Amino acid sequence: MNYLNLFFVFFRIGAFTFGGGYAMLPLIEREIVFVYQWLTQEEFIDIFAISQMSPGPIAINAATFVGYRFSGILGALFATFGVVLPSFFLVTNLAKVIQRNKNSLYLKGIFAGIRPAVIGLISAACLSMFRISVVDYKGVIIAILIFSIFVRTKIHPIILILSSGLLGIVIYL
Amino acid sequence: MNYYVKLFLIFLKVGSFTIGGGYAMIPVIQREVVSNNKLIDSDEFLDIIAVSQSLPGAIAVNSAIFIGYKLAGLLGSIVTLLGIIIPSLVVIITVAVFYNEIKEQRAVQAFFQGVRPAIVALIAATAFKLASSIPKKYINLLLIISSFISISLFDIHPIIVIIACALIGLIFNREENSSELS
Repeated sequence: MNYLNLFFVFFRIGAFTFGGGYAMLPLIEREIVFVYQWLTQEEFIDIFAISQMSPGPIAINAATFVGYRFSGILGALFATFGVVLPSFFLVTNLAKVIQRNKNSLYLKGIFAGIRPAVIGLISAACLSMFRISVVDYKGVIIAILIFSIFVRTKIHPIILILSSGLLGIVIYL
Repeated sequence: MNYYVKLFLIFLKVGSFTIGGGYAMIPVIQREVVSNNKLIDSDEFLDIIAVSQSLPGAIAVNSAIFIGYKLAGLLGSIVTLLGIIIPSLVVIITVAVFYNEIKEQRAVQAFFQGVRPAIVALIAATAFKLASSIPKKYINLLLIISSFISISLFDIHPIIVIIACALIGLIFNREENSSELS
């Protein structure tokens, strides 16, 4: 019963938050901390710290962490599948509709307008991430260095991410 | 190699290096799916980001499901979904067990302090690469700048910006098509 409860709480969170993982955090806080009291406020704040030092989408990280704290590995699985299942149904069905109407002039027009907007969207996300992630001049140097290497060479982004982490250890430790 | 295994491994990589929110997966997906393996083109990738942002749920998860479905149907989307969530599950459970020990590690903090500015730089550079696939017209430049300003400066929700640009695209394309016909 508890597992089902956990599943449905995260299913609801996954189904009703627009705007990505960060937008889910207030909803998770309300359900998990205030309504069900599965975590304390301090533990909830730890989720931020943990998400920042772990790979993976924040929504998944938060669901896994809450589920694990609540009832171990099985809890982590139930919460995680709960949060991604609404995405799974919605995205696969919409993808089907889009593929069937690939040649529709309406759809072509819509996407012709949306593509430039996505560039604006990514740039805006970049700016707000810059404000949080680049805290000193060393950060600015890392950003400029990685940007120029990535634009001029074919080095894989994963190699650059790992090297910047090592660089972080060298200059910040 | 089996196509499903290949897709799974690509998204396992994407999931392992999405550090600091959904947009962080953009550079790795662009490199792995768009430029190295040429499974989808830049335009399609931009469409997928727009749809993923407009639906409820995490952007990285939605994009993974969409790309999997587009390339290999329902089974493809299950495979890419598992690829993107397995790194989180493994790392978070490990971190949850050893949280107090890890929190105190200065080296771990320094590592991520170095990684965060790099992620921002990679996303910015990828945005440039993706922008090059958009036709060079004034209307497109105007849409890029105005959507950037409405989100960054006026704090308008991205979904509203996407819907507005979709309507503008619909109207402009119709005019272009009707003028081509006459």
